[in-house]
Amino acid sequence: MTGLLAYFVFFATIATIYAIIVMGLNIQWGFTGLFNAGVVGFYAIGAYACAILTGPARDTLIGGFGMPFLVGLAGAALAAALAGLVVALITLRLSEEYLAIATFGIGLTVQLVALNAAGLTGGANGLYGLPRPFWSLFDSVQAFNLFYLVFVVVIGLLVWALLARLVRSPWGRLLRAIREDDVAARSLGKNPVSVRVQSFVIGSAIMGTAGALYTGYVGFISPIDFIPILTFQIWAMLIVGGSGSLLGGVIGSFVIWLIWTGSGTLLSRLAPPDLQAQSSAVQVVLIGLIIVLTILIRPRGLIGEKSAVSSKK
Amino acid sequence: MIQAIADGLSTGAIIALGAMGVTLVMGILRFTNFAHAEYLTWGAYMALAVLSVTGLDAGQTGPFRFGLGLVLATVIAVVLTVALALAIDYLVFRRLRGRVNHITLVFASFGVALIVRYSIHLIFGGAAHYYSNDLQIAWLIGDGLRVMPDQALVFALALLVSVVLFLFLKYSALGLAMRGVAENPALAAINGVHFRKILFWTWAIGGGLAAVSGVFYGMTVQIRPDMGFQLLLPIFAAAILGGIGNVVGALFGGFIVALIEAIALLWIPAGYKIAVPFVVLLLVLWLCPRGLFKGSSGGSK
Repeated sequence: MTGLLAYFVFFATIATIYAIIVMGLNIQWGFTGLFNAGVVGFYAIGAYACAILTGPARDTLIGGFGMPFLVGLAGAALAAALAGLVVALITLRLSEEYLAIATFGIGLTVQLVALNAAGLTGGANGLYGLPRPFWSLFDSVQAFNLFYLVFVVVIGLLVWALLARLVRSPWGRLLRAIREDDVAARSLGKNPVSVRVQSFVIGSAIMGTAGALYTGYVGFISPIDFIPILTFQIWAMLIVGGSGSLLGGVIGSFVIWLIWTGSGTLLSRLAPPDLQAQSSAVQVVLIGLIIVLTILIRPRGLIGEKSAVSSKK
Repeated sequence: MIQAIADGLSTGAIIALGAMGVTLVMGILRFTNFAHAEYLTWGAYMALAVLSVTGLDAGQTGPFRFGLGLVLATVIAVVLTVALALAIDYLVFRRLRGRVNHITLVFASFGVALIVRYSIHLIFGGAAHYYSNDLQIAWLIGDGLRVMPDQALVFALALLVSVVLFLFLKYSALGLAMRGVAENPALAAINGVHFRKILFWTWAIGGGLAAVSGVFYGMTVQIRPDMGFQLLLPIFAAAILGGIGNVVGALFGGFIVALIEAIALLWIPAGYKIAVPFVVLLLVLWLCPRGLFKGSSGGSK
């Protein structure tokens, strides 16, 4: 396999994992209107949960249960769902702004725990030597990477199929009804709070699943994999692609990831060595600009949700 | 323990100055501005820029590391921070207000925060800066309690600001109009209150307080691009604890959050510092979501 193809496989794998997170955010924001300011936290919880469940036992660590990868995947979804449930139960009966603030806190706190709870997470050194699923079946790294891309895409398609079904179901209609008009939904005897909690928990579980897929891919995780900027990247992917559209989210993931890696490569080539540290700030400002400008100029993104009614306020 | 309380009170004053601005904006303009903490950072850096451009010394007055130079720099920083807050409102929030779901404003502020924080990073670099390298001699009070004069000053200033702000909101015509908009914007408009005027003063007060808070924070800790970001959660916790829109509540909220943080750090590892305000926040939202003190407005809903 040539270098370019190998890079493409790597690029597509990461972009697909991000696309799965975006799907989780899409159910929360795109379909239900719930603002999650700590996406990276749920992703990290999934990644660490998987690492702790599947990792090899070590004297210095509490975790390392050596479980099969599928158990790790399920555990990751469950752990992230649980975190989502706690935040949602506390904040969702209140004004929606509180959910934004609380999820922002989750994002920061998870990073703190990852850094400081060395007995569980390996601290700043992270967890390493984690098993990659079906690794032994392949005789070369390239073959494994290619397999893993297919594996991630299959999981992504499964999540997509699940969400597409959910969104079309009566429950999915209810989600949009609540997003558009809470009072009307309540007057029809629906319970918006409970439906919001369900939607938030499902979204969190999907983000956790994506975290587990990342762990299985790289076999090594540390707090620097889960820096706060990831939350903004995921948001940019969703809104550029078009929130409320599953296809839009996936396209947005690839577009933004291309812009991010492309601008990174470009800047590292062009910027003089003493300004390298500064050049990464340019990338982040770019993400911020993309978010704000999209909200201002094209709130529906590239492929927005189709309008369900003929006229909107 | 006493030392922790003393340190908590001075940090609390800085948080309170930020939280008073946040609570005003949340109460009157009705959205949670994630970019508010970046106004603190901006204010701190603007004061730094003024000092380095003019070549003024931060100065020293009596026991304080706060001389005429830094006072002047702070005044200019306040003006520049208010200008930033107004510019952001003009460029971003004004275009969205009333047109979109109000949580989209929160989202936009989230993006704005990123732009401001990393623009500062880009302009000034990521390294820590200081206003002055002078060492300050702590006041020794009683048996081994050490209080930095600057800490005492920021504490007194926060008290003063909250009292002035409270009196302003309660008795002045403009303050009454601001409370009116917070309570019921449509009714306020019918009674001849100009929303744009209220908008201007809300950002002016919020931005000004943020700049002062940022300078004080920069003086007691250090000036870094993520300094405001680190304070965002304590500021939100203080504002919610105090009841949204309640300025005096935000003052007490700031002290309570900082005191809990300082005392908790006696037992828990320092690495978990930021988690403390978060836990406080969750507990408040869970147990008494309207805050300990009655919000003076309809809240951010």
